[in-house]
Order: sequence, then C-alpha cells, then structure tokens
Amino acid sequence: MNLPRETLTRLYYEMLRIRRLQLRIDALYLDNDMKTPVHLCIGQEAIPVGVCAHLEREDYINSTHRGHGHYLAKGGNLKALVAELHCKETGCSKGRGGSMHLVDVAVGHFGSSSIVGGGIPIATGLGLASKMRGQSRVSVAFFGDGAADEGVLYESINFAVLKRLPVLFVLENNQFSVCSHVSTRQAGEYVFHAMDLDLLLSAKLDGNDVLAVYEQAGAAVARARAGLGPSFLECQTYRLWGHAGCQAQEPQGYRDPAEVEQWRARCPIAMLEKRLLAAAMITRSEIEAMERKIAAELDEAFTCARQDPLPARADLPLYLFCE
Amino acid sequence: MPWSRVKPELHEPGSFTENPEEGRVISYPEAVRDGLFQVLKHDPQVFLMGQDVDAPGGMFGTTRELQEEFGPERVFDTPLSETALMGVAVGAALAGMRPVYFHNRPDFLFLAMDQLVNHAAKWHYMFGGAVSVPLVVWACIGRGWGSAAQHSQALQGLFMHIPGLKLIMPSTCYDAKGLLIAAVADANPVVILEHRFNFKQKGNVPEGIYRVPIGQGVIRREGTAVTVVAVSHLVLEAFHAAQELAAEGLEVEIIDPRTLRPLDEEIILNSVAKTGRLVIADTGWKTGGVTGEIAAMVAEKGFSYLKAPIKRVAAPDVPTPAGYTLEEAFYFGKEEIKQAILELVK
Repeated sequence: MNLPRETLTRLYYEMLRIRRLQLRIDALYLDNDMKTPVHLCIGQEAIPVGVCAHLEREDYINSTHRGHGHYLAKGGNLKALVAELHCKETGCSKGRGGSMHLVDVAVGHFGSSSIVGGGIPIATGLGLASKMRGQSRVSVAFFGDGAADEGVLYESINFAVLKRLPVLFVLENNQFSVCSHVSTRQAGEYVFHAMDLDLLLSAKLDGNDVLAVYEQAGAAVARARAGLGPSFLECQTYRLWGHAGCQAQEPQGYRDPAEVEQWRARCPIAMLEKRLLAAAMITRSEIEAMERKIAAELDEAFTCARQDPLPARADLPLYLFCE
Repeated sequence: MPWSRVKPELHEPGSFTENPEEGRVISYPEAVRDGLFQVLKHDPQVFLMGQDVDAPGGMFGTTRELQEEFGPERVFDTPLSETALMGVAVGAALAGMRPVYFHNRPDFLFLAMDQLVNHAAKWHYMFGGAVSVPLVVWACIGRGWGSAAQHSQALQGLFMHIPGLKLIMPSTCYDAKGLLIAAVADANPVVILEHRFNFKQKGNVPEGIYRVPIGQGVIRREGTAVTVVAVSHLVLEAFHAAQELAAEGLEVEIIDPRTLRPLDEEIILNSVAKTGRLVIADTGWKTGGVTGEIAAMVAEKGFSYLKAPIKRVAAPDVPTPAGYTLEEAFYFGKEEIKQAILELVK
C-alpha cells in the first residue's frame, strides 16, 4: 500500500473496467448477437492489470482464448474488441478472429491463440527479436494451468533461459482446464521454481492480490529490461465463471459451490476496494464516477458494434496471404 | 554413413539453366549456401537457426561457415524443441525479423506442426491482415542407406493441404538459390522441401541476388506426345526418361512446377492442352497427396483436353522400409516414369 495513490486507483480502475466488460458480455450473451465462444476472466483481473501496469506501449504481450483482460490491460482498443465479439468488419481482427483471437499491434499485442500454450513460444520469439535488435522491449506470455500441462512451456523457458531473453512467463493458475481440476493433471511444484534464481527469476504469489502481482511483475520487468533474463511468475487464482459462455451456461457438478463462494469472497477488486477505502485513498463517490465512466464507454462500444457492418461474403479469400 | 555413395555426382543438363553465361558451375548445397549468404548479407533482419547449422559439416554443406561469417547472433544452433522453436520463429517474424529455420529432415517437422499449421499459417488471415509471418522453414528429405520410416518421409502432400502456407520444392541448383531468396523476401510462411538426391547435382548458378518467382512453373523439356509433371528430384529422372524415349521418336514435355502452393495451374493445363496425355510423378505417397491434387485439378479444368486417363507415379502407401531389397521395391525413378509414359501412348 505504499504506492502512490494515483497508481493504486489506476490499478483499481483497470480491474473494474475489465470486470464490467465481462459482466456486460455475460448479461447480453444469450441474446446471440455475439456469435463467438467467449471465455470470461472474471476473478482473474488482478494478473493482467498488475503485470501490464509496468509495460510500455511498445512492449509485447501474447495472450490466450481467455484474453479480454490482457487486451484491455495492455491498452487495446475497447470498441474494436467489442466489435470483434460481434464479428464485425470494424473488429480488431475484422471479424475473422472472434473472441479468442484478439490483436492490437499498436499496443504490442500481436495476436492471441486458442491452442492452449500456443502463445508461449511466440512471446519468446518476440523477446528474441527484441534482444537481437538491442531493444529494451520486454515480452510477456500469459497462459493458464492447462498450458502448463504442455511440453512447449518447458521448451520455451529453456530457450529463454539459454538466451537470457527479456520474457515474463506469467502463469495464471485458475485451477481449471474446462472442467478438469489441476490436481487431476499435475502433481507437486512446477520444476521451474527449482532453478537457480539467477537463471530464472521464479515466484509463487497470490494472483488475486493485485499489489502482490504488481510488486513481483515490477521486479521481473526490471530484470528483463536490464538484460538479465526471463522470469516465471505463478499467480494463484480461481476461475469464478465456467470455462466458456455466460454464467447461466456453466455445467454443474464438476466443482463444489462452497469452493466457488470462498473464492468469490477473495474477489481481487473487492479486496483492493476495501483496502483503499480503509486507507481513505479512494471515496465512494470516486468509485461511482468510475462506474459511470465505464458504463458510458461500454454503452457506446456495444451500440456501435451492433450497428457496424459484417464482413462481406465476397471477402472470404481476403488476407490468406500478405501481399 | 556413406550417404554420398547412394548417388554419383551429376551435372544438370544444359537446358536446366537460365542465362548460363552469367554463372559458374557449383554444387547444389553450394547453391543453397550461396542463397543463404546473400540474404544474410543484404538483409539485417534475416537470421538462420536450426540444429547443427553451426556444425563443421554445415547441414550437408548448405550452412558451412555461415556462423563464422555472420556471427553467433544471426546463425545459431538450437535446442531440439521443435514446437517451441517454430513458435520462437513465428514470434520473431511477427516482430519484423526474417527467420530461416533449418531442419535436417521433414519427419521432425511433425513436432512443429502446431506452430506451423495452427499459428504461422493462420496469423495473417485470423487477424484480418493486421499481422504477418515472414518465415522460411527448410527441410531436406532423406533417402537410402536404410533411412527407414522416420528419416525419409516426403510430406509435401500434408503441407500442400494447408491454406496460408507456401510450398516450394526445387529441382535445380539455380532454383534452389533463387527460390530460397524469393522465400526469404516473401511476407508469408514458406516451406522449402529439398531432396537429398538433388544434392549430388552440379549446375550453373549466377553470383549475387536473383529471385525465382514463387508460383511459377517451368518447362524443362518441350514435347508434344505426353506431359510429365514431375516434382523435386523426379524432374531429372523424368528428363532422362524423356531423352531415352526421344530416341524412339516420342517427344515428352517435362513440367517442373517448382512451387506446389501456389501451383502454376496454367503451365500444366497449357501443356495438357497440347499433348492430351498426363503423367504426374511425386516422391510422396499416392493417397491424399500431390499427384491426386494435380490430377483432380486437371480433371476439373482440363478434362476435355485428355485423350487418355491420367497416370500417377508416386510412393506406395506404406512406410519406408529400411532393408535394401524392400527399399528398392519402394523407390522409383526413370524406369517407372518411362513405363507410365509408354502405357499412355500404346
């Protein structure tokens, strides 16, 4: 809490904005205007916000199918995101990608993969390019515990360590891959925690505590910028919503409702709000003003997205090859 | 392993060379190396990676001493990690670098298929043109000396299937260099599949930079009786078959597509319009492969030209065996192509 008030309220605002977008999608999803499989990151907002707070516009991120939070936290265009959810020509991927495939090159977001773990080596390659060019750009791979089942994580971290690449491997351990709990897929600690910290800075932290994420990410980004190499941040969190779709569509019976309630009580936004109010660093009326601002922004984005044109049928072959 | 004993050194026919007065005669691996040298020299964004690209032998000679020339930052050995390294190449390409990723054998590309097919091939389309992946993947098909089922696969049929990938299979020293330079200049992911049997060739290759256009086939020999579309080292086999048949009064036209995707359909259709008879020869398996695709294209777009059914010469649908006698039964070349031609005209 010994951060400047401006930083703290910014972290709060960014998390709230991601949450409100997610809840808006949830509320409208059954209208079927967004014909795209959405994967909401409700409950996990602290991780992209805490990490991206340290990034410059030209730094790189790579994201996943559950990527709305990463996109917004990195500064991605909200209207283009909402239009993409409606598969419109005005979407960030011109309606060719949908919810799982977001891009905003202007802010260093070079596209999200829905192949679990697919973005990890790509982020590593962006880091390689940065190093080869002698730039100070860092690259962040966001991924979940499902991706940590994949061998490509081991391969990518090995290469990043070998070449001392400016890459952050940020594991959002939300405990579920679809309905499969992490305990049925993995045993013991991640081997990366056993590495020499000089080779790989690793840390295990509370991913619902945005200040903890902010602190660790700050150290990792500084290390990367200084040319000292990669980091592995295991952020423990929880997927409050189902794997895909809105809350009403979540299948029942694969997890204990009491467990969900326990994690709901650890909501990253509510936890920071409580601390900020107690420390008199934010007021109720300031929060209400933030809510109004976000609601107005979302109203405009959804209104535009509904009115925007769909891609033309004749444009099906466009973009197969770059000319 | 005495791989080199499998095939003797061989000079390419003079007709295989464009502007022979401009070049000098070098070996096929030297031609590939020359192409790599030129792109590394002229474009600082280009880098070369792959297992053993820095080894003294230099990947059959194709990368020899390039690390000494351009430094370990731009020419470097990699962990095997084919999946991650293909993704690393994709990421570097997204940032505007021009990676060239060398693989000893296409068989190991299976380990990299997720990044190549799910990512590299999709990235430009899936993001509405916002990003592009200027990436070259190079691999060399093995053959002989018991290479067996996992060291000799000709996988062009698989790559030809994927929208978003370009696919090149050179057959001459000149094209090996010119197509490599064109591939590196291309803004898209390009797969180059070489064949070890081409590596004993010597041919005329100009110095400096020149490009062979991707998507443009070439007539290696003109003829009127039968068209043979041959791929990779089978171009030379088909050429020798045609030379022998010419002695018997049969003029065979040899088409080398050079690029399988995009495919130069026009050059094939024009030839079939002239000859009315078509043999397609490919090193890959027959089922679901290159010969089937080209045959279907001609059946769809040039059926009225055909005076006889299309003949295909392709690998039998079994894994490559190791043993010498079975290897002999598996592989094919000049004689089989000649036989197919004769069956069409009898």
